[in-house]
Parts: sequence; structure tokens; C-alpha cells
Amino acid sequence: MSAGNEERAGSDVQDTSEVFRGTATGSTSLRDDRSSDGSEQQRAIPAFVLGEELADLADHDDRIAVLTADLAKANRTSDFEARHPERFFNMGIAEKNMITVAAGMAASGFVTYAATFASFSALLGCEQIRTDCAYPHLPVRVIGHHGGMSMGFYGTSHHALEDLGIMRTIADLTVVCATDANHLRGVLRASVDHPGAMYIRLGRGRDPEVYADVPDVRFGEAIRVRDGGDAAIVTTGSEVHPSLTAADRLAEETGAQVAVYDMHTLKPFDVGAIAAAAGTGRILVAEEHNHTNGLGTATAEALFEGGFGDVALRRLDVPDEHVPVAPPAALYAHYRLGADGIGAALRDLLDA
Amino acid sequence: MNARNDRSAIVDQLRDRARFVRTETVRLSRIAGAGHYASSFSAAELFAALYYAELRVRPDEPTWPDRDRFVLSKGHAAIGLYPILADLGFFDAAELDDYTRMGSKFGDHPDMKTIPGVDFSSGSLGHGLSVAVGMALAGRVRNSDHRTWCMLGDGELAEGQIWEAAMAAGHFQLGNLVVIVDRNQMCIDGFTDDVMAVEPLADRFADFGWRAQRIDGHDLDAIVSTFSDLPRASRGQPQAIVADTIKGRGVARMELSLDWHVGNLAGDDYDDVIAELERGLGPRADVGARP
Repeated sequence: MSAGNEERAGSDVQDTSEVFRGTATGSTSLRDDRSSDGSEQQRAIPAFVLGEELADLADHDDRIAVLTADLAKANRTSDFEARHPERFFNMGIAEKNMITVAAGMAASGFVTYAATFASFSALLGCEQIRTDCAYPHLPVRVIGHHGGMSMGFYGTSHHALEDLGIMRTIADLTVVCATDANHLRGVLRASVDHPGAMYIRLGRGRDPEVYADVPDVRFGEAIRVRDGGDAAIVTTGSEVHPSLTAADRLAEETGAQVAVYDMHTLKPFDVGAIAAAAGTGRILVAEEHNHTNGLGTATAEALFEGGFGDVALRRLDVPDEHVPVAPPAALYAHYRLGADGIGAALRDLLDA
Repeated sequence: MNARNDRSAIVDQLRDRARFVRTETVRLSRIAGAGHYASSFSAAELFAALYYAELRVRPDEPTWPDRDRFVLSKGHAAIGLYPILADLGFFDAAELDDYTRMGSKFGDHPDMKTIPGVDFSSGSLGHGLSVAVGMALAGRVRNSDHRTWCMLGDGELAEGQIWEAAMAAGHFQLGNLVVIVDRNQMCIDGFTDDVMAVEPLADRFADFGWRAQRIDGHDLDAIVSTFSDLPRASRGQPQAIVADTIKGRGVARMELSLDWHVGNLAGDDYDDVIAELERGLGPRADVGARP
């Protein structure tokens, strides 16, 4: 806990830039500190495109229906409700029921998107996802937003640092992390006709931009967002942006070129991308997840099973503990999951 | 033929089909080496009335969009449902001869991916009513007049998700949803009154916004008339039918027995039980036995 103590001792004003304030009224006009003049709303709160993008898709596809569990404002499915009220269902604070109702609708021809905090969708609703969505091979897309520890001081009850590990253990379930707003749009577009059930993890809901345009997302195919031959960062979701920042800084400071792979699909896992990353000889995994059974575990499995056991592997993640009370930015710093921490780990790896 | 004779003929036919459900349950259990006899027996009249007198289905078009749906939330009674689906022509009855064997479509719990006529996979108790709520909502959005039926066990009413779904059905005014509770009085470890009390059931559903009624779940006359009197409406009160039944009904040694939730009839017992079932049901012996 020494890093946390230093943080507390050395700072009079805590960094609240990533604090969850996502339940304000109003459908699309929420502002935060980074868009106080109103000019950067789209950029400042990008992942709130969830409801908007689904509404766009539903304009041309009458199979799409959306459900939430009393979080329509937090996840912006209210934007869908405003445009397609007949296909929007607020199920109240009853997540297990929501997921199974979504499965029942899917069995009647709908493609359903059921959204709530990742802690409640993937953890509370785990058995419903397995038994009612994945096992019957139904087009249910369970959205776990505010994944990882992005809820900060709301605490362990509202964190999901286990979701990717739990979800990727379920047979016939596609597991995807959205990286930023444009990537989320790409994920949603690709999800409509994807066979079987999906778990889609979203980050803070205002993740900084990685993709300038909507990427052509293909599930199971990683996207190399930065080239480099000296090492590779294998990362996903909220950690892609700080990984890119760290790699760019390192290049400026040392000339070292580090590739960055956005492993947006945890399952099916792109072992080919891991093999390519292994070509650099050094891999750093960065993920907002418990050390056990997330991206790092999947990467290690792919490396050893692919015959790349001699690659130097480092992992940045959350150790097997419940995280302390802190705003999100402080937690990322505490666990070295910000650009500074990733940069330091890269230097260690390159020196090894 | 007047209406009374029509009803009488229908009830005679359904009585025969309920007997068929029970004898097939016994036969299939022997193939598997174990079976949920008692949970199928309690639902035999309800299954027969649903499939031979009520449900709007097309065995030659099992995924017909406007079919009535049936969600068997108490999936462990599927052994009683499979023979009806075969009898109606959803699949070849000979396929049941490999029941539960390696590669069979038919396990103890039903799989919608492999079995024509099964509208949803079940087995994990407490889920089925949520599935049915989803199907009823879907039917309403699609402007289909189909109904969604869901059979719940009484033991699974201890699952909280049932009441999440019951609340949603009342909230959304799912008049196209019908629940049948197979109130066979027992879960695995004993009487529900002792393990986890579920009564007063009709009041509980009514409190969640449902119209609830209570019938003798082995009285085919009552079942058929109750089913046929239900309104067909997309919006309105969801309908709950609490069917008072006897777990293990039809085989004396199994009725309200702690020993026959899952069991296996061996040797002479098999023939004795088939013979007992062929004789038909005797009078109910449980009335007043339990509160």
C-alpha cells in the first residue's frame, strides 16, 4: 500500500477527472469538466454513444431491442428510448430478470442489448448469461459498462475486475472490450449479425479517443494500433490509450519503437496477433482486470501453447485484492496502469 | 353431439394421453437408468390438456412465428413432455429410444437447439418466467396474438428471479402471458411448507398484479374449461393458474414420497408400475392430508 500512501500524502487536491457522475438528467447534454464550454461534448463523453449508435442501427433494423436495469441515464440507453420507445424496456433493478428476458426476446427473433454496470451484468448475471444466452446460442448482447475499477470510490460492489475472466470461461460466448467511442460504434455495428451471445465490456463512458474513425471491427482479430519492433504492448479496452501514450513518449525520449495491440476480443482470442507480438521478443500486457484469468492469462496461454515460451513477459494489472477507496485516476496511478506506470514498465522490460 | 358430449370425449382422450405421459416417463427412465418420475406425473394432465386441447402450434413448422410458446421452467419434467412432442409429430418417436445416451438430442433437461417444439432450454430453476416475459413482450412488439405459457414448479418459487419476472409481467400488463404452477406440494428435501413455504400463492400473484385462480391440477374437466375461458389479450392482467397436484400422482408408492424425486424402477417393479398406470388414476388421497 506504499504507493497509495505516498499519493495521499503528496496531494492536497485529489484528481477527480474520471469520477463517475453519470446519472444526471437530460438525454445528451451532460457535460463534465473537460467540456465545460460545451464545445467538446462528443469527445469528452464518447462512450455514451451506446444509446445513440443502437438507435441509429435500429432505424434500419427492426430486430434491435434494448433493455436496462434502472441505468438508462448512466449508460445513455435513454438516447435509444427517445427514438425507439416501443423497443426499449427498463426492467428496474432486477438484472438477472433483465438478462433472461433479453434471452426470451432473442428466442422470438430480436437482437437484444441488455446494459448495466459490469459488476451487475457479468457477475450478478453470470449464470443467466451462460444458461440463457450462451448455451441456447441466442443473439443477446450483454453490455457491462463502467468495467474494471472505473467506478473508483463507489467501491468493490461497483467494480468488475473479474468479468473478463469469468466471461471467457463460458463456452460459445464472444467477449469483447470497447476501446473508445468510435470503436464502440464499430463493435455495435459488427455485433448485429454476429452469431450467438456476446459480452461487451465498456469503460468509463468517456474514454479518450484512440480511433479517429469508426474501425472495421472483426471479432477475434486484434488491431495493431502502433507499429514497433523493440517490444509490444498487448492491451485492451481502457488501457489502450495510456499504452499508446506511453509508447509515443518512449519513442520521443529513447527512440525505441513499441508496437501496441488492441486485443479488443478476449474470446475468440487472436493467437496470431500474440505470435506477431512475440516476434519482438518482449511483451508487456496492460489490463484493467484482476491478475487472474484476464488478458494476461490469455496471452501467457497463447505464448506457451504457441511455442513462444522464451518471450520476456511482464504484466500490469490489478493484483488479487479488493482495491482501496480512491477516485479512478488515483487507482490507475496506484496500480501503474496510467501512461507513467506503463512507461516505467516498458523501460524495465527493454532493459531486461 | 352436444357441447357436454364434446367435452366428455375430449376429456376421455386427454385422460388417455396423460396415461401415455406417465407410461412413457417410466419407459424412458428405464433407458436412462434414472428419471424424474414424480415431477412428470404431477404435470401429466396439465401437459396433455395444453398440447392436445389448447396450444396453437404447428408440428410441421416448429418455429412458426405466431405459435403459442410454452416454457417449461421446471425443466426436469421434460421426460413427460418429449413423448407428447413425438406423438404430435415434432420429431420421430423412435428418436426417444436413445434418450440420454451419448449423442442423443434428449437429456434430462430440454435443449431448444436440438429438439423441435422446445421453445426454450431449461433446467436451472427460477429462469423460465423471465424467458416467458421476454417472449410475451416480443409478441406484443410484433403485434402477434400468440400467447406465452410457462409452467413453474412450486419448489422453484423460492428463487428470487421468479418474483422479479412476476413483477415485470404485472408492470408491463402482459395479458398474453399465462403461468401454470404445478403445485405438487414437494421439493427435493420435503414438503415446500416445511422446506420453504410458498403460500398463499394466489394472493402472492394477485399482489403482483396478476389474475390468479386455483384448480385441481388432475381434474381434466376443470383444466380444459379454465384454459378455454382465459381471455386472449395482448395487454391486461397476466394470468396465473395454481394447479393443485400430487407429486408422483398415479403410482401409489411415489405419491408425496420423499424417495422418488429421482429414482429408478427395477425388475418386477417396472411391470407393476406400468400395470398400475394402465388401470388409471384412483381418487385423490391427499385432500386434507397437508394444510
